Amino acid sequence: MSGARLAVLGAGAVGRSVVELAAEYGHTVTAVADSSSAVVDPDGVDTEAVLDRKADAGVVGDADPADAIEGPYDVLVEATPTTLGDAEPGFSHVKQGLDRDKHVVLANKGPVAERYGELRELEADSEGEIRFEATVGGAIPILSTIEDFGANHITAARGVLNGTANFILSRMAAEGLDYEHVLAEAQDLGVAEADPTFDVEGIDAALKFVILSNVLADGDQEFTLDDAAVDGITDIPGTALDLAAEDGRTIRLIGESTPEGVSVAPRLVPADGPLSVTGTLNIVQLETTHAGRLNISGRGAGGPETATAVLSDVSRLVE
Amino acid sequence: MSDTGGEVQTYTVRLELVDEPGELLGALQPIAEAGGNLLSIYHERGNLTPRGHIPVEVDLSCAPARFETIVESLREAGVNVIQAGSERYDEELVVILVGHLVDTDLSDTLRQVESCADASLTDLSLSAPRGSDDTSSARLRLKTRSGTNGKALDKLREIAADKELQVVEPLTEASQ
Repeated sequence: MSGARLAVLGAGAVGRSVVELAAEYGHTVTAVADSSSAVVDPDGVDTEAVLDRKADAGVVGDADPADAIEGPYDVLVEATPTTLGDAEPGFSHVKQGLDRDKHVVLANKGPVAERYGELRELEADSEGEIRFEATVGGAIPILSTIEDFGANHITAARGVLNGTANFILSRMAAEGLDYEHVLAEAQDLGVAEADPTFDVEGIDAALKFVILSNVLADGDQEFTLDDAAVDGITDIPGTALDLAAEDGRTIRLIGESTPEGVSVAPRLVPADGPLSVTGTLNIVQLETTHAGRLNISGRGAGGPETATAVLSDVSRLVE
Repeated sequence: MSDTGGEVQTYTVRLELVDEPGELLGALQPIAEAGGNLLSIYHERGNLTPRGHIPVEVDLSCAPARFETIVESLREAGVNVIQAGSERYDEELVVILVGHLVDTDLSDTLRQVESCADASLTDLSLSAPRGSDDTSSARLRLKTRSGTNGKALDKLREIAADKELQVVEPLTEASQ
């Protein structure tokens, strides 16, 4: 099988981009659902019409969202918004797909960060598999790199996995501005959301590093957001960045996944080092047992960027 | 590996001696005999260890392979070795403290860092742009004993937490 039939749940930036780009990757979209509507066609939906209707009327079709999950597909793409705690409704979507022995690709961090063990148990009882490259670092192939190396050959992961926080810190450092000013600018540019809490409090980055820890622990240990020590950037004044700069350093919101646990906090890093990426770029460093350190950087967010990670997961599952 | 056991390194040994004539010389003899090169001796005559003995700090240099032999021969000679290792203030730790630094008595904070975190402050930069009402930042450059950066950071965190200050920590050198 080369081309797969996709049911895409969630019509936000990532879901829409998956719908738009699927054909380019040789796949057919047979169902799309948002929170209130769905469209299902076993022969493939008219993706352009669906996206237009979403933009114009706020719905993707006339069917019920449940029809999409129950419809015909090979791979379920879970791209609904990330929720914490029980990670619903994302978790139930994944469960329904696996119960039908279908593959599931997640862009939603919630289930993988909060209920990793349960997901793996469901997967073990299913003919289907789960993949979730898109949950960590957008377009950057982090999880597939870990998979290629083998989780037991990687001792730690660290880096910058939130573009919004990184944009704010790098603008503060470059312009000598305070947090509030740069946040307003980031919101005007669409880099930060109206409610930036998830990004600036470090929660989004923490979820990604929790997922990395779950993958690196490879079943020996399970992590959730509650296990992470999380500090955000809201209390970092411009003066702290000035003092760091005088010393050839800067401050970045750095996450770390080690066997001891998960942490996210503003940290001092060399100004010219690999971790001090600027703007919305992301970077992850992997410490390997035999090959030293790997630095992988790129665009960690955005609809088309993240959709490429979803679609390469789909391709890995069906090839 | 050559028989000298690698490059010569500097070590600090802390001993405790009974306050009797000849004790110090007796303690130094095994070091020289085992091939150690004495660099400095700090005989803390005014202080007493919990056991009522006199603490002595000896800095010496030798090849790493020799060091264990030296410590062993000291113990064989009946000298009480409290601490042995390459423990000099030779590591640097740079942190930034953020918060109401002035209101929370910065000099007291620094004193606590030096005494509790076993670190010596070599440089301080303070940036408090709009008086003591606003949060300010301070960059501290500390020298710590080798291998104790982690402990120093733990203490620093405690001191900062007490005063509701935020510590922006460096990534550890293993991760740089």
